[in-house]
Amino acid sequence: MSTANSVAPRQSVWQFILSELKPKGPIFTPFNIISVPTILAGLVIVVWRFAFGLGSVTNLTQDYPWGIWIGFDVMTGVAFAGGAYIITFTVYIMRAGKYKSLVRATVLNGFLSYLFYAGALFLDLGRPWHIINPIIGNSFGYNSILFLVSWHFMLYMMAEALEFSPVVAEWLGLERAKKILHKLTLGTVIFGVVLSTLHQSGLGALYLFCKPKLHPLWYTEFLPVLFLVSSVFAGLSMIIFEGTLSHRVFKTQIDPKKHHTFDDIVFGLSKGAAVAMYVYLFIKFVIFIHGQHWHFITTGWGWLYILEVGGLVLLPCALYTHGYRQRRIGMVRLAAILTLLGIMFNRLNISVIAFNWQLPTRYYPSIGEIVVTLMVIFTEIWVFRWVVYRMPVLRETTEGNRK
Amino acid sequence: MDRRKFLALAGAATAAPLVSKTAQATEITEDNPEFFGVLVDTTRCIGCRQCEVACAEANDLPVPDIKNDNALDAERTTATDQWTVVNRYETDEGEIFAKKQCMHCGQPACAAACLTNAMEKTETGPVTWDGGKCMGCRYCMLSCPFNIPKFEYESINPKIQKCIMCSERLEEGGMPACVEACPADALMFGKKQELMQIARVRIYSHPDTYVRHIYGEHEVGGTSWLYLSSVPFEQLGFRTDLGTLTYPDYTREFLYAVPLVFLLGPPLLYGLHHLAGRDGDENTEGGHS
Repeated sequence: MSTANSVAPRQSVWQFILSELKPKGPIFTPFNIISVPTILAGLVIVVWRFAFGLGSVTNLTQDYPWGIWIGFDVMTGVAFAGGAYIITFTVYIMRAGKYKSLVRATVLNGFLSYLFYAGALFLDLGRPWHIINPIIGNSFGYNSILFLVSWHFMLYMMAEALEFSPVVAEWLGLERAKKILHKLTLGTVIFGVVLSTLHQSGLGALYLFCKPKLHPLWYTEFLPVLFLVSSVFAGLSMIIFEGTLSHRVFKTQIDPKKHHTFDDIVFGLSKGAAVAMYVYLFIKFVIFIHGQHWHFITTGWGWLYILEVGGLVLLPCALYTHGYRQRRIGMVRLAAILTLLGIMFNRLNISVIAFNWQLPTRYYPSIGEIVVTLMVIFTEIWVFRWVVYRMPVLRETTEGNRK
Repeated sequence: MDRRKFLALAGAATAAPLVSKTAQATEITEDNPEFFGVLVDTTRCIGCRQCEVACAEANDLPVPDIKNDNALDAERTTATDQWTVVNRYETDEGEIFAKKQCMHCGQPACAAACLTNAMEKTETGPVTWDGGKCMGCRYCMLSCPFNIPKFEYESINPKIQKCIMCSERLEEGGMPACVEACPADALMFGKKQELMQIARVRIYSHPDTYVRHIYGEHEVGGTSWLYLSSVPFEQLGFRTDLGTLTYPDYTREFLYAVPLVFLLGPPLLYGLHHLAGRDGDENTEGGHS
């Protein structure tokens, strides 16, 4: 694999980039066979959506102005991307060198998640040509949580791009640029962590306005805190999940020595996730007791709540705890998957399922909404794969690749 | 990493919320004498739907065929092409009609939610929408406790549609078209303070006719539109569980925390970075390799 990257010393950067655009690796893999038609179908739907309006492809109604393009793509996608701020905090602020090997892949994943999932927001805007308005200042809605969140998305994407930029510079062989960009890392990490704490919680704060619409089991004035704390274990679980997959899919990219240490790292992450989940469960418990919502527990909503908090937070929390103590890697991986499902379920409960609980009408995503969501996910994976095969994300450096 | 950069970043980030405080100082309150509203006396409404017709004519919306469409048979909500609807309710006191439209809250959820200030509480009272600013995110719809803003899903140039209390007519010294059209004096236009006094006088002088509740006096912090009723408001399709807190109050604490986090976060993290480091450990300083 490493020889594939070698280029003639006199080749220009642009020629190099052109040569790198070519596919590397087998073309007819199961993933490609599924993802390519989905992406193409998604693109058709996107064109359709801009030609005939949101109503032509989505099931959104006057009662459900936000569907899965917000509830899943943005709310869940951003929580999953939380790993980037957790890991950069751990490695650069707390200087836990153990996790250093995770930084590049996690930051890349975080950046691409924001780019694609938060970028999917653009598809959901009815009047996207005015997206520039809250940026250029002719109409700043300072008091709006959404104003805060959108600005943070934009700034955080820049911070993540800067954090990842040394890898790009290394790939392009721009040594001096790499050194300069390196020096910015600590600053962007600090900036990125502050931004993340505010917009992860800000996504929860968006729903503070929905008291009359959101089921009392989910509505609480502590929504911002819950979103922030849950983004910690969402992000850590995503690193475990994505890392486990990467170690299989991109085996050739990884130094064999690191395969052994990876389990160690995963157990460390598990412990972190478990602690964050204990904190989360404690807050949930206090809110539940304080809210006096016992009588809802026996309703259908109560069962959803028990499934979410018991089955998809408490259970994986226990699995994480037992898993890292007994060093059972399979248990920890199962916990990561359950946790991710739990985050998805929680965000969808708040944004879609338990939303408008008093109304007789319900919202179910249309085929178009689902295909576009899959398109967004697959495209992100494509770009991630493209970068991993070319840039020193999982492997240590490009030394030997380039002269 | 130098400290100046942090300070610059923190300063820039703090600036925005600080400006917002000065904006809040000029927020419209009920004490503002120019704050107009409408008093709806549901005991007087005869369900003739002339207000619906007048509204449609004044705002270039399709005029409903009130004689033949039997629209009173089912409870309706406002729509993109119908900014006000009259509903018929079977109540303890028999059949009662109630007109529904935007309540024009004193501190509206939609305006607090809007990230482009497209939704705005104007000084005279109406809550208006500016298509030149709106980016179509629909957070106003999510936020509105009365489910009033409606979005044109079938359009490629979709607008948010809602009652704007005939703001242009108000600017010219007139009154909303629906009020002018009402043949039964069920609607009364005026300054909110005066309308409140009139509403109270009606309740005090006819204690057997009215319930002792003026809907809109305290709901979500007070609205421009006020309602009188002979039956509890739940029976007329009104939500009475909305609370008296204004919507900006729900997020005020969170927004106040933002500049604080931006000011205290970076130095705290920078300090942690140095605390965590060992002497001569440049291993994790400034990136990987």
